[in-house]
Amino acid sequence: MMATKINKIMNDVFIIGVGMTPVGEHWDRSLRELALEAMTAARDEAGAMHPEAVYVANMLAPALSRQSHLGALLADFSGMRGIEAVAIEAAGASGGMALRQAYLALASGMVNTALIVGVEKITERVTAEVEAALISSSDADYESIHGLTQTALAAMVMQRYAFEYNVPEYAFAGFSINAHANGAKNPNAMFKRPINLETYQRAAILSDPINMFDAAPLADGAAAIFLARGDVLPSNLPFPPVRINASAAAISTVAVHDRPNPIFFSAAENAVKVALDRADINIEQINFFEVHDRYTIFSALSLEAAGFAAPGEGWKLAESGAIALDGQIPICTFGGSKARGDTGGATGVYQAAEAALQLQGRAGEIQVADARTGLIQSIGGTGATVATHILSTVETL
Amino acid sequence: MEITSHWRIKKQRYALVGEVCPHCASKIFPPRDICPECGDEAKDLYQFSGRGEVYSYTTLYNAPAGYEEQAPYTVAMVQLEEGPLVTAQLTDIDEKEPEVGMPVEMVTRKLGSEGDRGILIYGYKFRPVLEIA
Repeated sequence: MMATKINKIMNDVFIIGVGMTPVGEHWDRSLRELALEAMTAARDEAGAMHPEAVYVANMLAPALSRQSHLGALLADFSGMRGIEAVAIEAAGASGGMALRQAYLALASGMVNTALIVGVEKITERVTAEVEAALISSSDADYESIHGLTQTALAAMVMQRYAFEYNVPEYAFAGFSINAHANGAKNPNAMFKRPINLETYQRAAILSDPINMFDAAPLADGAAAIFLARGDVLPSNLPFPPVRINASAAAISTVAVHDRPNPIFFSAAENAVKVALDRADINIEQINFFEVHDRYTIFSALSLEAAGFAAPGEGWKLAESGAIALDGQIPICTFGGSKARGDTGGATGVYQAAEAALQLQGRAGEIQVADARTGLIQSIGGTGATVATHILSTVETL
Repeated sequence: MEITSHWRIKKQRYALVGEVCPHCASKIFPPRDICPECGDEAKDLYQFSGRGEVYSYTTLYNAPAGYEEQAPYTVAMVQLEEGPLVTAQLTDIDEKEPEVGMPVEMVTRKLGSEGDRGILIYGYKFRPVLEIA
């Protein structure tokens, strides 16, 4: 038994450094400056370790900043010229997929250390251009051409969901209220004020039935995590390493209209099932879930797909308080996309950094008590790509 | 030339031409050459009737670049009577509030324009079925 345990540690992949900038409208900071801040913070925690590879998570730089080729650009800008680097794009799941590519490289033994940085600069363009860039993650010929926005797509899913399941008015408010309650205690969050039901009820409609508090704000930010494989872990780390127990990804159709069931995230169901299987745990062992709450309907559908609620009942977990920090399944513990802010392709890296802080006991006022195993998930498009990871403390074997 | 991607699919845009699977008889729109139901090759063209009902809809106010002049407008997923779901704008709805289940029919309308020369792009939209007086 002892020998197996040591081998498991040797080949496992660990997070040994995290860094993130506050999320907000950083008019005075460029893409590369934001990335450098996060990368430097993560590298500082990893001590003397140098990354052999850099994985960049980003979805909008080519459209909004006319800047592609971010792997080379950001590695170069931060003084790492001899290594390998690449940018990973999977719409809103870019963060989770960049983590997956780094994980695969380390788990294979071909790479020993990697730095993942997610960065997004939304404020480079006006809203209409941002909407046009965002909708490129949907079906260009059969969805985007009709003048859709991501919000309109999510609204149609929410509308149909409400129709089929006879959901009461304001059923999704709890997701927004929970996100803001947690974000209020996250120094890096874009929105630090709690909200109540009245705030939600009075919110302006963006695309009915989605109102302003159903939709996460998109803003600028960068987050980074430093990965190392077990057999090269340094002994003098400032914080306990966090283990990546499982990595999984799955796709569904890009176009919502191509799905057999447009109100179910089948890609999320598949990715979670595979992740749980790879981690050799069941869903009850998850202590918290960093859901990609780009829209409140995504939160409900993510909880249902993962198996925390039956289809049509995910919203009840918000009503009952089950998703609060002290509930059965805390979600969006640092505010999620709704209050911390959504940074497009970088969101998945923020989720990984936040989950690592939870597992290292560094979450301060938003600490989930006794957090040992966390589930993180980033979503591309309207549930088309889903990247899911299970992280845990080192003792949890 | 900006319009080739539209010209390639004009049969789909103007006439709702999809495919029918020769193996399992599933109707497919838009065409994708591999049947999503049975996985076999499906390249036989099939012309849809254009009739269907609203599966879901939303009226949006913040339009993407190029569509600002049209805003606000209503988009919908329409369940065609032959089975497939298609996404399109609803048109000619006037004061009528759209409803899930509302019967609609396909019409050809201007979807937008593209490029510096403002070349017009046409395609399908759906309107509430016109009642015969």
